[in-house]
Amino acid sequence: MAKTATREAYGMALAEFGESYDIVVLDADLSKSTKTDTFKKKFPERFFNTGIAEANMMTTAAGLASCGKIVFASSFAMFAAGRAFEQVRNGICYPNLNVKIGATHAGISVGEDGATHQCLEDIGIMRTIPNMVILNPADKVESILAVEAAIKHEGPVYLRFGRLAVPEIFDRETYKFEIGKGVEIMEGTDATIIATGLMVPEAMEAAAKLKGEGLSVRVINMATIKPIDKDIIVKAAKETGAIVTAEEHNIIGGLGSAVAEVLAENSPVPMKRVGTEDKFGQSGKPAELLELYGLTAANIAKQVKEVLKMK
Amino acid sequence: METSRITELKLIAANVRKDALTAVHSASSGHPGGSLSIADLLTLLYFEVMNIDPKDPKNPDRDRFVLSKGHCAPALYSVLAERGFFPVDDIPTFRKTGSYLQGHPDMKSVPGVDMSSGSLGQGVCAANGMALAGKIDKKDYRVYTVLGDGELQEGQVWEAAMYAPHYKLDNLTAFVDFNGLQIDGDIAEVMSPLPIDKKFESFGWHVIVTDAHDFEALLSAINEAKETKGKPTMIIMKSVKGKGVSFMENNAAWHGSAPNDEQYAQAIKELDAEIAKLKEA
Ligand SMILES: Cc1ncc(C[n+]2csc(CCOP(=O)(O)OP(=O)(O)O)c2C)c(N)n1
Ligand SMILES: [Mg+2]
Repeated sequence: MAKTATREAYGMALAEFGESYDIVVLDADLSKSTKTDTFKKKFPERFFNTGIAEANMMTTAAGLASCGKIVFASSFAMFAAGRAFEQVRNGICYPNLNVKIGATHAGISVGEDGATHQCLEDIGIMRTIPNMVILNPADKVESILAVEAAIKHEGPVYLRFGRLAVPEIFDRETYKFEIGKGVEIMEGTDATIIATGLMVPEAMEAAAKLKGEGLSVRVINMATIKPIDKDIIVKAAKETGAIVTAEEHNIIGGLGSAVAEVLAENSPVPMKRVGTEDKFGQSGKPAELLELYGLTAANIAKQVKEVLKMK
Repeated sequence: METSRITELKLIAANVRKDALTAVHSASSGHPGGSLSIADLLTLLYFEVMNIDPKDPKNPDRDRFVLSKGHCAPALYSVLAERGFFPVDDIPTFRKTGSYLQGHPDMKSVPGVDMSSGSLGQGVCAANGMALAGKIDKKDYRVYTVLGDGELQEGQVWEAAMYAPHYKLDNLTAFVDFNGLQIDGDIAEVMSPLPIDKKFESFGWHVIVTDAHDFEALLSAINEAKETKGKPTMIIMKSVKGKGVSFMENNAAWHGSAPNDEQYAQAIKELDAEIAKLKEA
């Protein structure tokens, strides 16, 4: 299966949609890494480097957006959601301005740079801000479609992309992307895995493995973390009676929390969360780190068996 | 400017000061000191300088204003109300539950407010964004912003200071309200941003130092800024915090506290006396 990093897809999408949409792209001295340089090469007159100044970048984006621009502000997730949190909250979300935050290098798969650059908290931070939409696409096609959906959406969007090349699982001709909608990508009746980002192919692999053991496991791709698709979660709870979530993020505050909130209030069923377990990352090869922190098909399959015991 | 026009502006500014005090008094909270120190500047901008229309506050070709020192919303709201963006009668609802006059400028609820602000350091960056948008779109609107002298301590201000000359934002005119005071006292003692002029000069700005309460001097600085090409202009205006109310002048205690009924009456009396004097002239 071909592999492409979602940050690469982000750069491709900006270059593609720069043709048809009047977007402005900002970056904070990381354009080669965030891949906004793809846009920069094609549309130099609509690209602005703010230097190593993320806070300024976010509020400048707010100013541009207040004048009618669709603005993409890009940095590593750590600095976009972390360093500039308050600028995002007060400058962008409070006035509900049309700024799209292209946060790349999210999660532990950043690899060698280590804990300081591995943001495992951004979904949690961004999820608590009113007006914010959070998209965490799983592959190249979904990333491109997510960028387009973000452009069409009026208001702030946090787009979460990864550094690591990940399998291309969706087909641009047939795949439909809609903000706020989860997608059932494998059928099943015994349990449901709700996955996001690079954990989606892992979830598919886990379900396939469990099928070999006689278990029918549904897989839902949840690219929109906020607003979360309540209907698809409640339906899965009612029809399969057990849920496992899988994300490359702290189990606190991310997809697992969002799903747990929906279940607790609407249709409580046993659940397990796969994610980093309230720990910082560390330096290493991405694949090794994913293994070390249990972000694998094997661990998802194991958690499905655990949750079935609770049924 | 003709003497009669200056007198008119002074009259408006006195009313703006009264409204600002009414807002803070009515709310029993807010920031009178820094509001009074920029009342003259905001009056000049909204009544003489800026291309704006209270009936069309969102016109894409209008000049923009960002109150980077957003805590001085009482001054901004008062000028906007006096200029006709919304009723002056609404001023006493400032900071009250259900009012659109939020404690800090809210572009979504207050007609005429071009940018939400209140978190210090951010407004000037937003102004950069607006100025940049003007350059991209080849529009000739101008962008104005006012920073506090204490606000200069925010790192984000210096990111913006670097940014505006880099992109040659000569459509941006910024002001520092150089009143020498912040919450904890003298800016030079708390954390000195001095010398302000040399800092901005070295960052590539055209710098003008002037008097915040002299309409003619201010207007000539603003005109000089308009004529300055290739770089933004920073107008450092030496001001008096609490200007126009004797017991509030140059007193850090009036940064963020509201006058009681007696103090409010006294302040209004002083400003009414000023108005009577101006009307005589
Ligand atoms: C980021 C941030 N930190 C702190 C504050 C609280 N605060 C409000 S006003 C102020 C002092 C501002 O002093 P100055 O800029 O000199 O304003 P002025 O004298 O014109 O009122 C502070 C610290 C704030 N609004 N934003
Ligand atoms: Mg001050």
